[in-house]
Amino acid sequence: MLLALMEGLVSAAVLALTAVGLSLTFGVMRVVNVAHGEFFMLGAVLAWFVTQAFPGAPALGFALALVVCPLCVAAIAVLADLLVLKRLAYEPAPTIVATIGLLYVLQQAALSLFGPDARPVAPPFDFRVQLPWFGYSGYKLCVILAALALLGLVWALLSRTRIGLVMRATRIDREMARAFAINVDLVYAGVFGLGAGLAAVAAVLIVPIRQAHYLMGADPLLLSFIVVIIGGLGSLRGTLAAALLIGLMDGLLSTALFLPPTVARIAATLLVALVLVFRPQGLLGKAAA
Amino acid sequence: MRGGGLLPVAGLLGVLAAGQWLLPAYHHANLVRIMVLALYATGYNIAFGYTGLLSLGHALFFAAGLYGASFAATLAGLPPGAALAAGTAAGGLAAAAVGVLALRTAGVAFMIVTLMFAQAGWLAILALGPWTRGDEGIVLPDAARALAGFDLSDDAVRYPLALALFAAGLLACLWLVRSRAGRVMVAMRENEERARMLGYDPFRVKLAALAISGTYAGAAGAAYALMFGYAGASLASVQYSILPLLWVLVGGAGTVAGPFVGCLLMFYLIDYASSLTSATLLLVGLALLVLVLFAPRGILGTLREKGVRWLP
Amino acid sequence: MAALTLLEARGLVCHFGGLRAVDGVDIDLAPDEVHALIGPNGAGKSTLVGLLAGRIAAQAGSIRLGGRDITRLPAHRRVRQGIAYTFQITQIFARLSVFDNMALAVQGGAARPGGRPALKREVAGALDRVGLADRAGEVAGTLSYGHQRLLEIALGLALRPRLLILDEPTQGLAAAEIAAFKRLVAGLPPRTAVLLIEHNMEVVMELAQRITVLNFGQVLASGPPAAIRADAAVQAAYLGG
Repeated sequence: MLLALMEGLVSAAVLALTAVGLSLTFGVMRVVNVAHGEFFMLGAVLAWFVTQAFPGAPALGFALALVVCPLCVAAIAVLADLLVLKRLAYEPAPTIVATIGLLYVLQQAALSLFGPDARPVAPPFDFRVQLPWFGYSGYKLCVILAALALLGLVWALLSRTRIGLVMRATRIDREMARAFAINVDLVYAGVFGLGAGLAAVAAVLIVPIRQAHYLMGADPLLLSFIVVIIGGLGSLRGTLAAALLIGLMDGLLSTALFLPPTVARIAATLLVALVLVFRPQGLLGKAAA
Repeated sequence: MRGGGLLPVAGLLGVLAAGQWLLPAYHHANLVRIMVLALYATGYNIAFGYTGLLSLGHALFFAAGLYGASFAATLAGLPPGAALAAGTAAGGLAAAAVGVLALRTAGVAFMIVTLMFAQAGWLAILALGPWTRGDEGIVLPDAARALAGFDLSDDAVRYPLALALFAAGLLACLWLVRSRAGRVMVAMRENEERARMLGYDPFRVKLAALAISGTYAGAAGAAYALMFGYAGASLASVQYSILPLLWVLVGGAGTVAGPFVGCLLMFYLIDYASSLTSATLLLVGLALLVLVLFAPRGILGTLREKGVRWLP
Repeated sequence: MAALTLLEARGLVCHFGGLRAVDGVDIDLAPDEVHALIGPNGAGKSTLVGLLAGRIAAQAGSIRLGGRDITRLPAHRRVRQGIAYTFQITQIFARLSVFDNMALAVQGGAARPGGRPALKREVAGALDRVGLADRAGEVAGTLSYGHQRLLEIALGLALRPRLLILDEPTQGLAAAEIAAFKRLVAGLPPRTAVLLIEHNMEVVMELAQRITVLNFGQVLASGPPAAIRADAAVQAAYLGG
């Protein structure tokens, strides 16, 4: 039970990071980015390449991956934004087609360069934390802490800096922001890159626990969307709460109610649907978003 | 209302009919599949292209038709005609049931709610392994696929049948979108609040559109099961909700023939790309990016915008 | 009494959080009058007509139309009962043709013509009344601002309503357009009653038989224009002397 809780917390932490990335692109740019899961996948796959380059020093390789991978992914995202999305004026329908196209390209690139197999990445350190009841992987605890720290940074960026202010202004009224001499194109490219980078960081953190695989992007994409909508658009606290809920739900439903795992997942899925039907603004979002 | 549209649609159907005799075997077989999937896409377009309902749950309605027909044929032992009808009805009912709940939401929440219902359906298909056999799927025995003495596994038989279904769906769609009801559907897409203040009940209009759309999906799913003799869980996965969206967007949302064009193009794009390279998706993805840059409203939609007004 | 009152609202209340947008308003409309609703910004005028049209649910109070209780009726059913509403910010189907816009309105109203010729006749007639007859084929979004405002009003009229609610219809119109608007509205009674939110006092004084003044969500005064002009409380609160 407690173990399920801890595993759920790890999932929730990583999910929250990924979802906040999606929430940014979705909230600020109003773009439904179908390729968000592929940015996540790319982060994990790149992490494997980086750590492979330092066979003797897993900690060094991992630390490097933690910095390099998000930057690479962000760069790819910025490029995609400038080359394609910007020219589509971010209109919903063409943007969906374009991000589906991007999804295909990234997935195929990963398959061709990385191969169809799942590959593990060694954790940078390996020790067990002795909790009062049982031992637990120290790395997993660090993942939770690191994710929380990063979320804190994002929060600070959004609410305490000029960049955050500019982003919020652009989100509320694109044309008005332009009138105040905000370079909207730059903001959009930056937001798209930041969102992708967050997904990549999340992936690098999780990859020592779950292996890298070229199809691993689908679940984070679906779950992030759910988290963003349930949490309420533009509500960081809501996103965090929803990530906790979703991360813990599968495990809790099966252990607490003694349901078989598939039935638990069906129940969880229907629960998400019903929450939205009866609280369309999300759990913590404000009405009329 | 927009121009006639009947002539180009009749022309398209005429060309497809000629295909029965003119097409080489390989393309003949391909077109059977394309027409069945285009029927699905045409129905999706009624909800998305005309009424503005972006659903990510149509795989559920497709699967309802798929399994509705399969179970009707295998468990209940119904003849294929009745199984087709059962699957079609199952699709419409599933869409109506989902709509009653999901249409309390709008926009992105509607997307996610429909997606969640479809995921629950997909998981249920996996969970009901003893009957559905999960991903492996059910194979329909040939006996269940003999329609009035004709063998549905024979391309010479199923091509005209697929064409008949697709033609019925396409003509019904044309009639619908040119009718008063079609105009009200477009009004919901364009400005729901204004439409409401002109005396139209948004919930009823959207529910009807979704149910019609689901009926198309059900018919396509049922036809798929009977013609290709297979019903598997992968056909109920989220991918089968995204595909019709993609076909409609590529061909042109809110155009009658767009879904068929999109379906045809994507099918042959993948076919052609896989003959060139093993990195199929790379080519397909790049082609989509190029396409969307040059034709952001889909092929027919962009052509119509550029002045080819007679396109349906 | 029923013949003298078309719409009768009693004790309407609508609070948004702590804001008392409409706070216990009574209002009566005769079937053949032009009734103006005035008051400073934020007085609750738009909220009040939103309550009457059914766009916002009343938290308390009742609304009767022609003696029938419509308090719980959703907006689209009220339209069929004869209440038409035109938006303050123009809401037309910008990507559809003017004809399609009007056809939607004609077929959404209480009286529905059968068949296509009848529909065309009805649309042409409604467009003619607002002077847009030669624009039927154009895409609505390409019309000039003034013409879009006219189309908005034409949509309301095409519903053949018993009551037409106009929310700041003359905002942004040129002087000539306002004159045409005044002629149009003056010709509506007795078939159609008009409830008009308006800031242009010249338009109000010329058109309205009765005026209701709102302030802080409550009725400050109600009566014929002359009485309103002379009312000390109104002068203090609104006309500002």
